[in-house]
Amino acid sequence: MSGFDKVVNSYEEALAGLADGMTLIAGGFGLCGIPENLIHQIKIRGTKNLTVVSNNCGVDGFGLGVLLEKKQIKKMISSYVGENVLFEQQLLAGELEVELTPQGTLAEKMRAGGAGIPAFYTATGYGTPVAEGKEVREFQGRKYILEQAIVGDFAIVKGWKADRYGNVVYRHTAQNFNPMAATAGKITVVEVEEIVEPGELEPSQIHTPGIYVDRLLVGTFEKRIEQYRVRQGSVA
Amino acid sequence: MTLSREQMAMRIARELQDGFYVNLGIGIPTLVANYVPKGLEVMLQSENGLLGMGTFPAEGEVDADMINAGKQTVTATAGASIFSSAESFAMIRGGHVDLTVLGAFEVDVHGNIASWMIPGKLIKGMGGAMDLVAGADNIIVTLTHASKHGESKLLPRCSLPLTGAGCIKRVLTDLAFMEIKEGAFWLKERAPGVSVEEIVAKTAGAMVVPEHVPEMRF
Repeated sequence: MSGFDKVVNSYEEALAGLADGMTLIAGGFGLCGIPENLIHQIKIRGTKNLTVVSNNCGVDGFGLGVLLEKKQIKKMISSYVGENVLFEQQLLAGELEVELTPQGTLAEKMRAGGAGIPAFYTATGYGTPVAEGKEVREFQGRKYILEQAIVGDFAIVKGWKADRYGNVVYRHTAQNFNPMAATAGKITVVEVEEIVEPGELEPSQIHTPGIYVDRLLVGTFEKRIEQYRVRQGSVA
Repeated sequence: MTLSREQMAMRIARELQDGFYVNLGIGIPTLVANYVPKGLEVMLQSENGLLGMGTFPAEGEVDADMINAGKQTVTATAGASIFSSAESFAMIRGGHVDLTVLGAFEVDVHGNIASWMIPGKLIKGMGGAMDLVAGADNIIVTLTHASKHGESKLLPRCSLPLTGAGCIKRVLTDLAFMEIKEGAFWLKERAPGVSVEEIVAKTAGAMVVPEHVPEMRF
């Protein structure tokens, strides 16, 4: 690597330094826009006791679900989980801890973490189990709870295209949590479908500026679909 | 007659206004999209990051990178925009969505809603529901008025852990349309053929009944 060139040559290189007990932030919503090859590589590495921050935990055999197979995840911070049998088993057996976090709060925790904001007040979750143990403060007659930002030791992100400097563009709703995840990693690793030369992407259309990206590589993606639906006269 | 799921969706669709940005939850709320009145434009927000959600794709148009908040493959309408989850929830939390429709297990006279957690059963999570109820001013909750065993879901106080506190002002059940204010359910409309007595009998929370309760129109 030289200068601003963020391209690495292998998945091993991309995840060098990822160690047991670290906090890992992963982009994606359901199985859409997930860094599926980086996740697979973490399975191969066998890194354990991970705290994984991601909206969901994949399904059995795909996405983050594969990290459950050898119990590599100690704790999940997610808004919605349990699309997988293994997850349910480990949760009920007390082998896996879950911190359920409202989806918008989760996105904001990552955004704040990447933006140097240690905590923020939100109305979301006030008066619910989510508020337990959290500071409450009133602003203009309404109650808010204090939520803390999240910073990951690593963030893994799935983009569509990137230039060698790490400027990333996402495709359709595969964007989801990826831009925030990219900002919130001490080391941010991005895998994309195509790497182009600097200058080929329109600067004003960049979703994630290269300043957030430490390592970049190109992969091939299965892009499994969780809920396949086609039109039969009714609206989604 | 109790309302069918479709009739509930049709009644909610009458609350739509031209130019509304609307977030529809899973289940009956999703059906509302099928009954948008003619000549009226609404734009559907899907909280994973899509404003201008369209129909399911045709076979052959399916794209794994194009899904809705229910993780279903979907299309975008002309004039749609796609953005990050943080942007999506900024819209929701900032009160920019004009109408939110979502289901629930219970609601109460204080405007509390419980919709995500039944102690003792596996808890999958709240997804975006807590953000939606905290962020929106105009919310309609849909649920059946009573359980299969006849237990009311319209309560003096929710028995299940809350999704949001004091945030619900309107409720549509299979029996009635109600407003919540001043610590009571205010009966506004009844399902065709359903008596006020039946509605009152199946409502555990305090209910205010006006002299005349019109039948619902669709």
